[in-house]
Amino acid sequence: MTAITAARAGFMACHACGLVHRADAHAHGIVCARCGAALHLRKPNSVTRTWALLIAAYVLIIPANILPVMVSGSLFGSESDTIMSGVVFLWRDGSAPLAIILFFASIAVPFSKLFALTYLLLSVKKGSTLAPRRRTQLYRILEFVGRWSMIDIYVASLLTALVQFGGLMSIQAGPGAIAFGAVVVITMFAAESFDPRLIWDPIEERHG
Amino acid sequence: MHALRLHACHDCDLLLREVALPPGGNARCPRCGAVLYRRRHNGLDRTLAYSMSAAVLFVIANAFPIVGLEAAGHASSTTLFGAVRTLWDEDMHSVAGLVFTTTILMPALEIAALLYLLLPLKLGRVPAGLAPVFRTVQAVRPWGMVEVFMLGTLVALTKLAALASVVPGVALWSFAVLMFLMAAAAASFDTQELWQWVEERR
Repeated sequence: MTAITAARAGFMACHACGLVHRADAHAHGIVCARCGAALHLRKPNSVTRTWALLIAAYVLIIPANILPVMVSGSLFGSESDTIMSGVVFLWRDGSAPLAIILFFASIAVPFSKLFALTYLLLSVKKGSTLAPRRRTQLYRILEFVGRWSMIDIYVASLLTALVQFGGLMSIQAGPGAIAFGAVVVITMFAAESFDPRLIWDPIEERHG
Repeated sequence: MHALRLHACHDCDLLLREVALPPGGNARCPRCGAVLYRRRHNGLDRTLAYSMSAAVLFVIANAFPIVGLEAAGHASSTTLFGAVRTLWDEDMHSVAGLVFTTTILMPALEIAALLYLLLPLKLGRVPAGLAPVFRTVQAVRPWGMVEVFMLGTLVALTKLAALASVVPGVALWSFAVLMFLMAAAAASFDTQELWQWVEERR
């Protein structure tokens, strides 16, 4: 297979509508002729931006897991739930399948997303030519699963809104929910700012 | 420039000649496996139909309570916006904003933008501001999370079932249907066909 990339052939595609344009070497600030989106050969400052967001997410994921996401008060005192204890509660009293889903969405996905993005960034920095197809698939998976981490935020929101029975029983969203929501949003931005074409650029150079 | 009919893979930048696909077909990148573009039978007509139904259901889903709760003689219920307001009142501003953005604002923007593009085009006119509205559809899509919200509701109801009797509201069913309609609208939105429609009507 003779593989030639658009960048090498002097073209670039619009990220919004896909129209292929001729790339001028020194052109800046040009926009797509069809849909008006800004054109770039590669996402600008992709690696730096992704690192910055990723580090922020690494910091925030600590309070997200330590601080309570929900505080429930009743006649018998109050009780705090972290993300993990919420999963355990659901496993014991509710339904096991939902507990497994919640475990994946709230704990497995955010952590593996951070590790996977770190791995991708390091491999790009090293100019790795190892298994580019696999790494691209990894990127596509983490782009797709990130949104599902929001489940816990919605659970806390609905419980807060519904369980308001005065002194008898009430539930409040806790500070952990703020940190956790921030982690989800920041990692979504991080995945979006990473440019998977950087995975393929070293392969191109080696063959050329 | 328009005559080039080239396509660059958005994931690995491989340059490919665009091929004509049969309806229902997908074009995949031979190098990295990304789905490049697809052809749907009457794609945009379907997107328009799904978006119109989604608009109706969106209104119902937001006007009625999602779920009611009865415990020890007390009853409570909440709409989606009610939940956002409770969070806001409890000084959880960022969480309230996040829930509002992902379940109300972004889905509303997506539906409105799709209708704004497709209704006039269907009637034979090119809407003003076509390009920015098109880019809005693309930018907004990852942030609308109706399906995730549905799963969150399911988890919340399971937790509540242990404490009180739970009464599912009209909005709950509307959200369930809205989830499928929005997924169908996104899947049938064929951007190549869109630009074809635009060119035919200019």
